[in-house]
Amino acid sequence: MIDTQVAITAIEPSTATVSFEINGTRCELVLDTRTTLLDALREHLHLTGTKKGCDHGQCGACTVLLNGVRINSCLTLAVMHEGDKITTIEGLGTLDNLHPMQAAFIKHDGFQCGYCTPGQLCSALAVLGEIKADIPSHVTADLTVKPQATDAELRERMSGNICRCGAYSNILEAIREVAGEGA
Amino acid sequence: MKPFTFERATTPAAAAATAARTPNAKFIAGGTNLLDLMKLQIETPAHVIDLTRLDLDRIEDTSDGGLRIGALVTNTNLAAHGRVRREYGVLSRAVVAGASGQLRNKATTAGNLLQRTRCPYFYDTNQPCNKRRPGSGCAAIGGVSRQLAVIGSSEVCIATNPSDMAVAMRALDATVETLRPDGSARAIPIADFHRLPGSTPHIETALTPGELITSVTLPKPIGGKQIYRKVRDRASYAFALVSVAVVIHPDGSGRVALGGIAPKPWRVAAADAEMPRGSKAVAMQLLAGAKPTRDNTFKLRLVERTLAAVMADAKASA
Repeated sequence: MIDTQVAITAIEPSTATVSFEINGTRCELVLDTRTTLLDALREHLHLTGTKKGCDHGQCGACTVLLNGVRINSCLTLAVMHEGDKITTIEGLGTLDNLHPMQAAFIKHDGFQCGYCTPGQLCSALAVLGEIKADIPSHVTADLTVKPQATDAELRERMSGNICRCGAYSNILEAIREVAGEGA
Repeated sequence: MKPFTFERATTPAAAAATAARTPNAKFIAGGTNLLDLMKLQIETPAHVIDLTRLDLDRIEDTSDGGLRIGALVTNTNLAAHGRVRREYGVLSRAVVAGASGQLRNKATTAGNLLQRTRCPYFYDTNQPCNKRRPGSGCAAIGGVSRQLAVIGSSEVCIATNPSDMAVAMRALDATVETLRPDGSARAIPIADFHRLPGSTPHIETALTPGELITSVTLPKPIGGKQIYRKVRDRASYAFALVSVAVVIHPDGSGRVALGGIAPKPWRVAAADAEMPRGSKAVAMQLLAGAKPTRDNTFKLRLVERTLAAVMADAKASA
């Protein structure tokens, strides 16, 4: 029954127009409606800093900031983001002017192969923002008390970013340092 | 992904009407489950209706002292809401026990209620699955079924509902509010929202074609010690083997709902009544008629032990 239904309604590829702001630059794209935000960034805008790992929201390599909030860019359609502001790793810092979180990752050896790193960095920044914004986590002991950037909180909140090199302890040190500076 | 046409909905009524008259249309909001399934061609909508610009993302007090949670409220914003944390703590706890920070920032309240099972045979399109392809059979029965249901399942499907949020909502007696394509609204008690598989495991909820969830309401707070305990194979970012949502009052009375063991959030009135008598009595009522597989019989003892742990916690912190 399901197969017949699909056969009857099968349609040609469809396109739609979308405009959003990437790292402060306005852009307008005409895209196949199936294009994820991740593929729009990498294949259409050639911002290849954002990585494709699992493409199913399990690894966090594709993490970007959407209107300041971290999301998996692989699990959202680009055409859903009309008017949105998106920040990728290319928008955080430059080689000459690293973002403090990038500098901390280097200082603490927070990566080996580097593939998950852009996602880790975007996530790490957002984690500190979420703690500051009083968003609770699974390890927050008391829901009525504002969470703090403890190691347990940072570990739990970074659990959506997988690192196959196992740089977790160094990533934690890097985030802890930046959290300390912000306090 | 199969090709699809796309439109941005302007009003809930227009979205429901379009969905009802367009063949094979799907609503999209957070997209975290739907797009995952579309990439695997498990979901193959021909038309996708984007709900994200609708005005359904607020949490408001209801006139009877409860709370109305808009369909588009993200998991993050639900868990962080002041009244939810203070007065419906089990819900906040359940939400933060699920998924990752990135996913919770996108996933919505209505989408969470509608998420599909994580049964590995549902996900593997090379395998028969009565939920994915009605009548094709069930590879999970007789397959690797450690994660799957021990109760409420049927001869044709042993998948579980993966939601944490819905388990807490079941314990809190939430109501799902919808808008139908003819413009009428209805309120569905959460107990009746998810369906047991029976012989039609592909029909998972009480929603009719085009019917749009607009909000979820919670009755006025019932107080008590509220705990959500999730037991899983790793400490974070994994689905439940067993989860327990409890509200326990100082006199030992209370409510309990279970996740990870059934095709819907599992609550049994007779089990609530046994709360003052302890975890063994409660578990016996909750699991009466259970039909575990060889792989997941362990869940029966795990339910009782998890219950014992949360009841002890409630007592210790009372």
